[in-house]
Amino acid sequence: MPSLYQHNHSEHLLHVLFEEQQKSLHISETAISSIANSLNLPRSQVESVVEFYSFFHRQPRGRFDILFSNCTCCGDLSLMKRLCDRLNVEADKTRADGLVSIGQTSCIGMCDHDASMLINGVTITSLSTKIIDRMAELIESETSLSLWPGSWFQVGNNIRKEGLLLSEFFEPGSALKAMAERSHDDIIEEITASGLKGRGGAGFATGMKWRFCRDAAADTRYVICNADEGEPGTFKDRILLNSHADTLFEGMTICARSIGATRGYLYLRGEYRYMLENLESTLQQRRESGLLGNNILDQGFDFDIAIVVGAGAYICGEESALIESIEEKAGIPRIRPPFPVTQGLWGQPTVVNNVETLVAAAGIVLHGHHWFETAGTWQSKGSKLISVSGDCGRPGIYEYVFGITVQEILDDAGAENVQAVQIGGPAGRLIAADHFSHRIAFEDLATGGSFMIFDESRDLLEIIHNFSSFFAHESCGFCTPCRVGTTLLKNGMDKVCSGHATAHDLDELSRTAALVSRRSHCGLGMTAPNAIRDGLKYFPDCFEKRLLHKEMEPEFNLDASLEEARQLTRRDDAEAHL
Amino acid sequence: MSKTIKIDGIEVPFETGQTIMDAALAADIYIPHLCHKPGLSPHGSCKLCTVDVNGRAVSACTMPAEAGQEIDNNTPELNEVRKSITQMLFVEGNHLCPSCEKSGDCTLQAVAYHLGMLDGHYPQFYPRREVDASHPTLVLDRDRCIMCELCVRASRECDGKDVFAISGRGTSRQLIVNSETGKLADSDIEPDDMAAHICPVGAILIKDHGYEVPIGRRTFDLHSVAETDLEEVILKKTVHHDQDDESVEKEGGVYGV
Repeated sequence: MPSLYQHNHSEHLLHVLFEEQQKSLHISETAISSIANSLNLPRSQVESVVEFYSFFHRQPRGRFDILFSNCTCCGDLSLMKRLCDRLNVEADKTRADGLVSIGQTSCIGMCDHDASMLINGVTITSLSTKIIDRMAELIESETSLSLWPGSWFQVGNNIRKEGLLLSEFFEPGSALKAMAERSHDDIIEEITASGLKGRGGAGFATGMKWRFCRDAAADTRYVICNADEGEPGTFKDRILLNSHADTLFEGMTICARSIGATRGYLYLRGEYRYMLENLESTLQQRRESGLLGNNILDQGFDFDIAIVVGAGAYICGEESALIESIEEKAGIPRIRPPFPVTQGLWGQPTVVNNVETLVAAAGIVLHGHHWFETAGTWQSKGSKLISVSGDCGRPGIYEYVFGITVQEILDDAGAENVQAVQIGGPAGRLIAADHFSHRIAFEDLATGGSFMIFDESRDLLEIIHNFSSFFAHESCGFCTPCRVGTTLLKNGMDKVCSGHATAHDLDELSRTAALVSRRSHCGLGMTAPNAIRDGLKYFPDCFEKRLLHKEMEPEFNLDASLEEARQLTRRDDAEAHL
Repeated sequence: MSKTIKIDGIEVPFETGQTIMDAALAADIYIPHLCHKPGLSPHGSCKLCTVDVNGRAVSACTMPAEAGQEIDNNTPELNEVRKSITQMLFVEGNHLCPSCEKSGDCTLQAVAYHLGMLDGHYPQFYPRREVDASHPTLVLDRDRCIMCELCVRASRECDGKDVFAISGRGTSRQLIVNSETGKLADSDIEPDDMAAHICPVGAILIKDHGYEVPIGRRTFDLHSVAETDLEEVILKKTVHHDQDDESVEKEGGVYGV
């Protein structure tokens, strides 16, 4: 049954809950009931959504609610500890006076800006001990965020290398005018001829996707832009949303006309909320210029776009989970088949494309497929935006034609003594130096664009540990292998990193990793064990040198098991520890 | 000539619209499953019915049967994977069979025996989950819930209600009740609802009917979980209890009854 949101944009459940969280600092039992009533949704649906998304809380958060990124590239938990100490607050526990709460969140897409955080949903980057100390004072004096140094909230683009997409100066409406006289078949042909493949990482042929959607029998179709850029280490969509939003919306409009959609959605990750106002105003300008709305540019078709803002759930980057989220539900990936192109949003054929894909599509329609197709390799046409972060002198966005080698990127980024590169984020591949001659391409190293560099000073085991915690935290929990398996893998890595593991534990890790990869319901589970599997394969020494050489070691940590007894007896002295 | 798929080398006919599971059950071929029940929409979450179709892993209960599929089902490798998945279900909850009224009637336990599971293998999670004993005739013990959502679907699809839902994420997922207080007593569930009887484990039980059928005479003491007509056996017994027909010898207390 279609929800109210289909007709009334302001009342999307996620948006109503965000407002409530901001206003009351939590979502109370009473609020759940009253929101369920006012939106005419089952109470259990509202409750399950509150419990599913990380940015909603059942217990009150502080008036300053801070979430430090725990990403290997835009996170620094020593700064979190410093702020906790300065403000005399425990992580994840709201201070007794209700002033402040501090916690962690998954990568917030600021990997080119060093340590970053969200405060009351707004991004602050490039944190330092100096900033943290000043911040503690501002919080303690309860100074309004509007009076904080404006420079803290600046997010730069950090474009280091421009190519086909980034060098484009795009005149709003130009691509729509270019397709004025062309049939929808003609446009889909153009996209197909360009060889454009999905830029989210999976690489499905875009023209074919549009064709399937167009050919599916239905009264209504939808186009959705996936701007839930959640893969740690990826931030290229942030730059496109910030500086190429018109091109993106034009790409969506072209897609809409090609497939016969009248409604589109931009699903923006909650971490990028700071861009919402600009995106809304770009949409408004396009409406006023006749580029959205009824009878666009007198071409006889209607189309408009609404923005849905997520609330902290990596899984919503999976297209069917994203659709569930737009439908005001928890982001649980659907059973496939049917695929969204035949049964997507509200059961109608739906195209879900990545931001970069739609930007490229607008360029292809404007310049013709040759513009795109002549660049790249035989199976990977055009250019790719790479988000470079980690241990290098020049982190940022690099646009390359497909076929660039890993080493060339490392050289451009000024990376030295590189131990490993994580390509495609934690869900991608961890590669060692002997793989640096490989190329970025669908037929070699496929990637959504995350490129994290780790030099010799890094403890790779801790990186892999971080990734396994990330997946255990982000697993939606729908299927058994991923729900239980990602936690088993995280627990296994806990044990290895704490120096308590034996060779048997590594066998267990590999066995569980293989099962989770092969038997999970969706891409999250299928890729979650990648870093562990690559680590065991390419960096076995990292694991082995941390092993405790014993025949057997108990699964449980005896000292940690005594914690409850210590709490009950209010003891924490040396005698109370093993 | 009718269309066929091949399961472990055996030609199995199917009709358009059937899943691999539908076709297998119709042909008396058992594919282990927990979250699947004929008549309810397929779910594909427990992953016990994982099979390899032309080398690719899929869930038999959700994958449409298509001519030409060569399916591996009852192989030592797959049964080992299923055993691991069953062990995962055991360790993430608190399943203490000897003290559970459902013992002997529990599909999770029966599947574990069927797959030769002798221990939990993985370290126990020992989660803390709430028990809801608010309802006069039903009890909800979340310790035993395996997130199969049979009760969620039965309530929606058979009872025309919406009593249950799953909330939370990852290992924090839990069964919730759609009522103002979140308590079963304040929901519109009734003891005759399908949702009150469908739980394959001991998470939803009928009160005041403990241990009426002795251990040794319960469903899986007398039947293998691999019997594909088990649904009928179970249905008969449920009806028999509901009618409280004492003249029929009690063979097993099924689905909590």
